[in-house]
Amino acid sequence: MIDLRDVSKSYSKGHPAISHMNLHVEKGEFVFIVGNSGSGKSTLIKLLLKELDPTSGTITVNGQRLNKMRRRKVAKYRRGIGVVFQDFRLLKDRNVYENVAFAQRVIERPTRIIKKRVPEMLTLVGLAEKYKSKPDQLSGGEQQRVALARALVNRPNLLLADEPTGNLDPKNSFEIMKLLEEINQRGTTVLVVTHNREIVNAFRKRVITMKKGVIVSDEQEGEYLNEN
Amino acid sequence: MRISTIAYIFKQGFKNIWRNLRFSLASIATMAACIFLFGVFLSLVMNFNNIVHAAEEGIAVVVYFDTGTKQEQIDQIGNDIEKQPGVADINYVSADEAWESFKDVYLEGEDESMEGAFKSNDNPLANSARYEVYLDDVEQQDTLVKYIEGLDGVRKVEKSEVAANTLSSFNRLMAYVSLAIVVILLAVAFFLIYNTITMGISVRQEEIGIMKLIGATDFFVRSPFVIEGILLGVIGAAIPLGILYGVYERVINYIVTKFHMLGSFLQFLSVNDVFRWLLPVGIGLGVGIGFFGSIFSVRKHLKV
Repeated sequence: MIDLRDVSKSYSKGHPAISHMNLHVEKGEFVFIVGNSGSGKSTLIKLLLKELDPTSGTITVNGQRLNKMRRRKVAKYRRGIGVVFQDFRLLKDRNVYENVAFAQRVIERPTRIIKKRVPEMLTLVGLAEKYKSKPDQLSGGEQQRVALARALVNRPNLLLADEPTGNLDPKNSFEIMKLLEEINQRGTTVLVVTHNREIVNAFRKRVITMKKGVIVSDEQEGEYLNEN
Repeated sequence: MRISTIAYIFKQGFKNIWRNLRFSLASIATMAACIFLFGVFLSLVMNFNNIVHAAEEGIAVVVYFDTGTKQEQIDQIGNDIEKQPGVADINYVSADEAWESFKDVYLEGEDESMEGAFKSNDNPLANSARYEVYLDDVEQQDTLVKYIEGLDGVRKVEKSEVAANTLSSFNRLMAYVSLAIVVILLAVAFFLIYNTITMGISVRQEEIGIMKLIGATDFFVRSPFVIEGILLGVIGAAIPLGILYGVYERVINYIVTKFHMLGSFLQFLSVNDVFRWLLPVGIGLGVGIGFFGSIFSVRKHLKV
């Protein structure tokens, strides 16, 4: 599903954000990427979304080489990936339904399909009744559920979550993680970037620890390593 | 592309105007002010041109013939002149007509004896048969006069050199000045509107970023903004054009009644004559500026 070979990414100055990274994630896996700020986690997500291009090395996702991908193909590539951010990134002037439907509009689904799929997704994340609310009328946990519904409505093979619980209280954090686990059990590969120790330790998944742009450990059923 | 997608894009374009009402109003106001100025200016230029053109049409080249030139030859000269470029109209005045007209003007009310002093077959203006040649374009006058002087049977050609020269240089000056003002006005309008749109769009930079990360194509992100830009352009053009339409005839009436001295030789265009040009040009400007303004300002934010 994801294959990184000798990938480095440097910004204009300073040491590289990611340095000679090799990573392989199989289809259907659930992976935590952990590490302090500045460890290169967010850069990794940006590389996988092709928001950034690597300075060297090759990245293959869903069988597609990102390095040589044309600008026009990027949109199509991203449609196969669901993405969730720490700050939710919902369209603030549109209600819950429209936010989720937007992902379907983008891939030009006919309206009758949208009308069926969006309520299904909202039911899955437990927000069916709030479909008319605007994002600012929802709690953080609810907003993240909307973001999750939007990420999943196109049935992606891969879900990237960048600090999905970063702005949530422990109860909501666990609920969101439970949803991610459920989604993973339905066959979607899930990659979660986080520095939430409790969650990582509670879920017992593959844990990849990064430090200063390098993978320092990669364990199945791993734990959040002590810092330093 | 699906019809439902097209419908969605249009709907979003309309909704964007409401979602960002303050920005929309600012764009419309800027556009309306620019197009209003442009409209006022265009009306002035068109009226000036009309007045100058009317004056030009009043200028005639007068052609006299050698004594004893036969009527057939005169007709032939007339045909030749008529075929020349820039000739709007040609009018033959026979010697008799010239005399009649002279009598009308100068001998009216004089007693019969004065008139009787000239016998009927003894026309004192026997050599005054002439063509009056009217021109479309005064700049052609010199060429035409040279041509006519070269024709057989032509004794003398009279032209109104000063009037023609003044008019043609005035015409040229008007063309340059109006071109310069139009270019400046357009540049200012485009700059103002581009800025307004850019400001409105940078507010929505985040939204564009989200759309792109979800997998929206540039086209899909841009289209609602373009629809919005065009709509703002149409509204921004329609308002000043409506005002100008309402105000134009009143202003002309005011000038004509207030300064009737001028009214006699200033020929103003009707509002419909002006709007035959102003309407398509004004709407075209609004649509064009809205279209390009939105394309340029969204483009910067599409590189996500």
